[in-house]
Amino acid sequence: MKEEELELAKKAIGDKSQFIHGDTAVAYGALLAGCRFFGGYPITPASEIAEKMSDLLPKVGGKYIQMEDELGSIASVIGSSWAGAKAMTATSGPGLSLMQENIGFAHMSETPLVLADVQRSGPSTGQPTLGAQGDIMQTRYGSHGDFAAITLSPNNIQETLDYTIRAFNLAEEYRTPVFLMLSADLGHMREMVEIPDEVETFERKQPKVPPEEYIPFGKGEYGKEKVPEFGVFGDGYHTYVTGLTHDEMGFPATDDQEDHDRLIRRQVEKILDDREELTDVEKRNLDDADVALLSYGITSRSAMGALKRGREQGKKLGYLRLKTLWPFPIQEIKELSETVDKIVVAEMNLGQIYHKVVEHAECEVALADKIGGEVHSPDEILAEV
Amino acid sequence: MSEKQKERKVEMISAAEIRDKYLRHDMMPHIFCTGCGIGNVLDYTLWAMEKEGLDMDNTVFLSGIGCSSRLPGYIDVDSLHTTHGRALAFATGVKITNPDLNVVVFTGDGDCMGIGGNHFIHACRRNIDMTVIAVNNYIYGMTGGQVAPTTPEGDYATTAPYGNIEPSFDMSDMAISAGATYVARWGVKRPNQPINSIQQALQNKGMSFVEMMSPCTTAYSRQNRMGAIEEFWDWYEEKTMLAEEYERIEQYGTEEEKEELKEKIKVGVLHQEEKKSLNERLQDLIEEVHI
Repeated sequence: MKEEELELAKKAIGDKSQFIHGDTAVAYGALLAGCRFFGGYPITPASEIAEKMSDLLPKVGGKYIQMEDELGSIASVIGSSWAGAKAMTATSGPGLSLMQENIGFAHMSETPLVLADVQRSGPSTGQPTLGAQGDIMQTRYGSHGDFAAITLSPNNIQETLDYTIRAFNLAEEYRTPVFLMLSADLGHMREMVEIPDEVETFERKQPKVPPEEYIPFGKGEYGKEKVPEFGVFGDGYHTYVTGLTHDEMGFPATDDQEDHDRLIRRQVEKILDDREELTDVEKRNLDDADVALLSYGITSRSAMGALKRGREQGKKLGYLRLKTLWPFPIQEIKELSETVDKIVVAEMNLGQIYHKVVEHAECEVALADKIGGEVHSPDEILAEV
Repeated sequence: MSEKQKERKVEMISAAEIRDKYLRHDMMPHIFCTGCGIGNVLDYTLWAMEKEGLDMDNTVFLSGIGCSSRLPGYIDVDSLHTTHGRALAFATGVKITNPDLNVVVFTGDGDCMGIGGNHFIHACRRNIDMTVIAVNNYIYGMTGGQVAPTTPEGDYATTAPYGNIEPSFDMSDMAISAGATYVARWGVKRPNQPINSIQQALQNKGMSFVEMMSPCTTAYSRQNRMGAIEEFWDWYEEKTMLAEEYERIEQYGTEEEKEELKEKIKVGVLHQEEKKSLNERLQDLIEEVHI
């Protein structure tokens, strides 16, 4: 991003230190990352992101639109991305459910975008104002077919701002939708944040070859090398973008097993080859731990309380927080399970990440589940140790 | 209009040259059935583009799902073949982000008025600057002939084996009511009126909706015993009446003429008005609050 654009964004945001909630932090992070399009639809507890973006975007020459529903908002975001903008939407569980088909389209068409999901209890309308962590699997398996997701899970307001920037960078780098997971409690909780002076941004790779040599969905060797260059609409590349299975030129190739296999495997591998690089965890007190408390998002703050209380009681506890949920940090879990006797997974659902831990851990795994909109107390996590 | 378009001189061009200039030859053969009208709609659109001198580097075609939604694939421009019913929402994102792009959407009656109805009325309401060409064949063709929201009452479909018991939508009426600023409807048989109309639609700085009544000779014709292809095309022609004549009869016609009107479909430019587009409104807002 150009220096003057960053300065303009900082000017629109205002004071360097602010006492803000998570939803506002998403809007600030987006602006600093260079997001200039927001297509939204009101939903509790994510509406404040749309409200803030509708205020900020026109101030920096960006575009905000409230679409007629969530199907439309994610569609407008994909359209905007192809027209060259860094674009995002924000929603909560019911909206995320509605967006699933077009999220699949974004995977299939390799469209960079950011989706902030401020989770609430479900299924269905559930508890609109109360937090949950029930959408984790939905970001990974929600749309039909095969794809790999990138899903981030911050646990405080500063990290929410920083991770929004990171989400945009990963979306651009991997040409993929990136999910930023909050929950009602994080979205509406206020903390002090510092607006960063410098922001490192990644801009999507654009073709350097003339249009006749451009291969819009070509192959690469490993990881992010498998991400094709992005010919922005209007730049003369005449790209045909379709949700149908397509060949390297983007043309429909729907009858051949090999065409589909080649396309989907490349799209999955561009992310999963880089699993280690994308893995991001926070570890505490694991060196001598017998039991590891594993958590993410808002729940990790209770896990931190449980860690301190447990240690005070003489229990040899450790703490592992997943900051990247997808791709799942398989290696970290394997290694952890070799050094501890037990892993306690705390999450605000009846078991989602728990099942992934069971899949990869060699030790005993217990679940400290909680639903109903209340965050775990430290004792509720300790009870499973 | 870009500089390139302004400088362009209008020259005589042949149909073969039109094909060479605009079509993606790698995509041929096309998927359309014998006797289908969609190819004609493509042809008329290309002629309108040529007459208007649209810059192909600066034009985006979008579509949803259905027979007509395969059209953007055959045109050598940037194109987004999206999900069922959602093309107008995708197009909204494209046009808002880069207002300099010419945005054209191909859609069908099921895509636009069925699954995409909500996006359709809101795109019209916003008067966003784009051209929507809706191929209305009164049936779900690609999936094999199921009943559509546009299927006339009493007509047969694979999911209306006893005849359609529901009333049907008039897409052009809907576009007018919802706020589109250029609305026209034509049959596919005669080229000149649709070509000129699509050109007018491209020129309109707002939401333009052109409904093209197009025979589905496979899914609709067979179930409703419309006869051979030529007969079916003639029936479409006989069924339509130009708006001027239609409105004359409405006002001054005899009782007998008015009775006959009930069986007719009004074609022509049905609505035209000047109204600020969403792009202009957004630009005004940015000029007002930009820091």
